[in-house]
Amino acid sequence: MEEVIQDKDLESKEYFINMGPQHPSTHGVLRLVLSLDGEIIRKVEPHLGFIHRSIEKMCEHDVYNQIVHLTDRMDYLSCHINNEAVCLCVEQALQLEIPDRIKVIRTIIGELTRLSSHQLWWGVMGMDLGAITSFLYGFRDREMITDIFEETCGARLTMNYNLPGGLMFDIHPNFQKRTKDFIAHFKKKLPEYDTLLSNNVIFRQRTKGIGYLSKEDAISYGVTGPTARASGFSCDVRKHHPYSGYDKVQFKEILDTEGDCYARYKCRIAEMWESMSIIEQLIDNIPEGPHKVPTKAVIKLPKGEWYQKVETARGEFGVYIISEGQKSPYRLKFRSPGFSNLSALDHMARGCKIADLVAIMSTLDLVIPDIDR
Amino acid sequence: MDNEGIKKFILDRVPEAECVEGSQFLQVTIPSEKIFPLAGELKSNESTSFDFLFCLTAVDWPDHMQVVYHLKSTAHNHQLALKCKIASRENPEIETVCHIWRTAELHEREAYDLFGIKFLNHPDLRRLLLTDDWEGYPMRKDYDDPINMIEY
Repeated sequence: MEEVIQDKDLESKEYFINMGPQHPSTHGVLRLVLSLDGEIIRKVEPHLGFIHRSIEKMCEHDVYNQIVHLTDRMDYLSCHINNEAVCLCVEQALQLEIPDRIKVIRTIIGELTRLSSHQLWWGVMGMDLGAITSFLYGFRDREMITDIFEETCGARLTMNYNLPGGLMFDIHPNFQKRTKDFIAHFKKKLPEYDTLLSNNVIFRQRTKGIGYLSKEDAISYGVTGPTARASGFSCDVRKHHPYSGYDKVQFKEILDTEGDCYARYKCRIAEMWESMSIIEQLIDNIPEGPHKVPTKAVIKLPKGEWYQKVETARGEFGVYIISEGQKSPYRLKFRSPGFSNLSALDHMARGCKIADLVAIMSTLDLVIPDIDR
Repeated sequence: MDNEGIKKFILDRVPEAECVEGSQFLQVTIPSEKIFPLAGELKSNESTSFDFLFCLTAVDWPDHMQVVYHLKSTAHNHQLALKCKIASRENPEIETVCHIWRTAELHEREAYDLFGIKFLNHPDLRRLLLTDDWEGYPMRKDYDDPINMIEY
């Protein structure tokens, strides 16, 4: 005899699954504990610290020239901009006057770094959503930039090109030509990116209306970078607090109001065009001069505190130095963009499906060493 | 609002506040028990409207603990470094601000993890970066780990 199925037997229960730490779409070792109702996400709880190296504690024992090298190991895709932040902070404390040549070169390499970071993000985002071709396209174009870096300073990823007071070396004689060749090449290739992903029906359906973040929430959660600008929060440090050569160039701050995954995607694509325009304005106008201002071998900062913010590919990166007049800082804090951006993930993912979470994480563009530090 | 205006705004509410003009930000030090009402007002008052907490960190000084809030107003574009002095180094406690600025939730968990500062009324105050059974608070100046730390 068949048993009558009671209503209480059909009740669904909330359950938990682990996403990560070994999951390809977390882009590193990040563990998310998902609280699920069927396939719908009720809560996302990040568990951090798998690659926590306590860089801030290490900095308390290091001299300022050494600290610069540690910042490469945080957001390795924006390594040059991270280095620059520490250098600018130290220079600000020493009240060093930096020649224009150094500022312009820093700006150009900073924008190349941003481009290469966005190219990698684009390739990986396509792959997260199931399009393997984009990964190959992204890396093909990124290769040209890393080649330029290699010729300039000998390293492809962790560059260490900045020093407090200038640059390690002057630019290579080929630098301007190769950069211009790259811009000419990439101007032809960037429309391909639109053909492949931006106008793809499947891609649009996976990203449009997914992971909405309002402007008020973006500000409250401290979200910065293209992620926040897609929600209409004007937070570009290059515009609001210009550093290096950004006060000399014309560029638009890319803003959108949609606040969903597709808006964040479009913001980054548009930023690539802006970065190329900044490089084009500067590449033929690098002033003559020294590439380095002499500083003491061991820099001692006066007693006091300084804060320097810069715009990395992920958002606002801050360096906060408290000095007691010693060769090492008394306290050094890195305000990393990924850490604050991650805090909004729970808010954005609630009510979405698990597959949508992958799209949301891709558009947040998380780099885990940057979060764990 | 310029620095003078912000200074007056805070001194009206917390008369014992100490203000220093830093190289970039106005630096205001207040006692830790005054933070919650002041922070709420700094955000909600239209003349200040500090809605963007871009950095929250702690500092271990020899005789006290300090929590530093870096604030910015997106409407007026002014900035402020607000510092809270916590008298007790052994058992530091301060009211949470994560109901005012949501970003504080993770930042406060990090400060708790590394400095041992208890944020009262925080919804989920647990270790963030270190394992749950970790002993001590590594960013404190008197922290000692004979195995992992290198002496210079």
